[in-house]
Amino acid sequence: MSLYTAETRRLTKRRFTRFFALGTLLVLAAVVTGVFLSHHRPAPERLATAQAQADREYESAVRQATGVTTECLAAQGTPAAANFPPCDQVYQPVREDFRAEWYLAPAFDFREQFGYLVITLAALLAVMAFVIGASYVGAEWSSGGMMNLLLWRPRRLEVLGTKLAALLVNLTLFTVAVSAAWTGLFALTADRRGTLTGMTSGAWQSILLMELRGLVLVLVAGALGFGLASLGRHTAMALGAAIGAVIVFQFGLRIVLSLADAPFADAYLVPVWIQAWLDKSAVATDLSSCDYSSADGCTPASLTITWPMAGGMLAAVVGLVVGAAMWTMRSRDIT
Amino acid sequence: MSAVLEIRGLRKTYRSRKGIRRALDGFDMVVEAGQVHGFLGPNGSGKTTTLRTLLGLIRPNDGRMALLGREVPRALPEVAGLVGAIVESPQFFGNFSARDTLSLLADAGGVDRSRVFEVLELVGLRDRSADRVKTYSLGMKQRLAVASALLKHPSLLILDEPANGLDPGGIREMRTLMRNLAGSGMTVVLSSHILGEIQLICDSVTIISAGRRVAAGSVADVLSQHAPSSIRVRLESVTDLTSAAGALRDVGAQVYVEPDHLLVGGIAQPSAITRALAARGVYVSELSPVAVDLESVFLELTGTTPVAGAHRQVDARAPQADGGWGQ
Repeated sequence: MSLYTAETRRLTKRRFTRFFALGTLLVLAAVVTGVFLSHHRPAPERLATAQAQADREYESAVRQATGVTTECLAAQGTPAAANFPPCDQVYQPVREDFRAEWYLAPAFDFREQFGYLVITLAALLAVMAFVIGASYVGAEWSSGGMMNLLLWRPRRLEVLGTKLAALLVNLTLFTVAVSAAWTGLFALTADRRGTLTGMTSGAWQSILLMELRGLVLVLVAGALGFGLASLGRHTAMALGAAIGAVIVFQFGLRIVLSLADAPFADAYLVPVWIQAWLDKSAVATDLSSCDYSSADGCTPASLTITWPMAGGMLAAVVGLVVGAAMWTMRSRDIT
Repeated sequence: MSAVLEIRGLRKTYRSRKGIRRALDGFDMVVEAGQVHGFLGPNGSGKTTTLRTLLGLIRPNDGRMALLGREVPRALPEVAGLVGAIVESPQFFGNFSARDTLSLLADAGGVDRSRVFEVLELVGLRDRSADRVKTYSLGMKQRLAVASALLKHPSLLILDEPANGLDPGGIREMRTLMRNLAGSGMTVVLSSHILGEIQLICDSVTIISAGRRVAAGSVADVLSQHAPSSIRVRLESVTDLTSAAGALRDVGAQVYVEPDHLLVGGIAQPSAITRALAARGVYVSELSPVAVDLESVFLELTGTTPVAGAHRQVDARAPQADGGWGQ
């Protein structure tokens, strides 16, 4: 327990941890502020203003249509008639085309929009967790701190395991706190600048489960950063692997798969699996295939990746990386 | 006395594309309780590998090791609390202060945090303890490293190059500290290249070269065994040096002819020199014993004596080591 307490202190005392966490919070605050300022509740005075603007636009359109019709009729029998459609086909505006809500700032619909914001939160926190996890153990290796610690606690797996536990527990606490604040702030935004309509207990439960999956993603990212940096015994190893994965799995693989006309090319790409995990499913389509039916014609075949499939993949990857880190910690010399 | 550190037949081999390198080749070492023990060897001889292996950072290929009477690395978790160590250059996380660094180690090792202030005072870092370590000089980092090793009240203190980077005052303070610690019953193992310091403060030494022990014992024993005393002989006339050398060789002495004197060894009594020379009509103007020091013994045993015009390579194997000096 004393080692766990010391590691928690070490993690939270690091300036890099504090600055990166603070930077992430500032970005999240900017998102909250942006969403709050760009949405408005449809209050009566705003509705009246929007209605007045819709009326003005309608009247302007009517004047323009009348002018064009007049010009069209006058041009009949002259070469200028070629510039006009048949005069009875000139567009005549109708009042339904100029609705007041089109001139209103959008209202924040919590039920419709908050899901995307949970994905945003999970993605940002996952990046933060990866970098902090990598830096936490990477700096220990490169500064010689790990060796010093092992002179005090010569149980390698216990030391690395405790460090990982301290990281994951702190990431959990941070993510839960930020997720709670995130949900609360957007519920407030919906209350003040939109609507919470439709938020039944089932809808809240669905959001809670999505946030739980987001928490798992954050922990997986933290463990991956930690594991990769521990394998390479340097922070740069994890960051290099991440950059390599983005280049290889996003750009390189996408190009190769499209050149090879591979079926369900999207299913090989990391973001699709992350989307499947957070959004419960993601669909990859094989655009080169044709599933013909007389009703719908030719529809491409599709492959649905479900969240349990994505969860299995995340568990396998994190198990592989952390397992390898533990194995090398146990067997490699510390020089 | 009982041995607090014991190594027998330690082997460590590194394999690479360039081939196999034996960092430790059947190395032996014994340190008795309460001693200040010097652990000497040229660069690349295996000192740090030995210490890392002893402390569980490197796995040996063969051999037995014991600390405080317990087999390591198996019993290392049990004895680690009694062994304070710094290995190689001091390495700390630069953005933490000395106080934070030590208090984190104290937390990890279950040591009372009040001990942090005691050791900071002891190594002279009290007034700079709130500063970040990256602002420290090498000597200050060295002091911090010693403080971290002392933090847990060790019975055995292992220090790798503790005087590295210290100013002359700091070296003297470190010497006094080592002596005081040994006086309080602590066993201290010092690895150092400052042989004058080792000779001054150590009770015993082990010299390693090319991964093997080439000498061990009390400082006095090592000096007498490996640098037999010689006598400087000056003559009334320098022109007699050659004939005098011949006369002394005739009575079994080993003679080195220097420009203005002779160095004579292998003679039981100095009177044999005067007798042999007087018999040839050569008269002595000075007859004085030549003092030997640890440095000359070290250079001789490890084969690292500088040779004019030659550039010795770090891993060059000392000729003596091949001859099997290991005991």
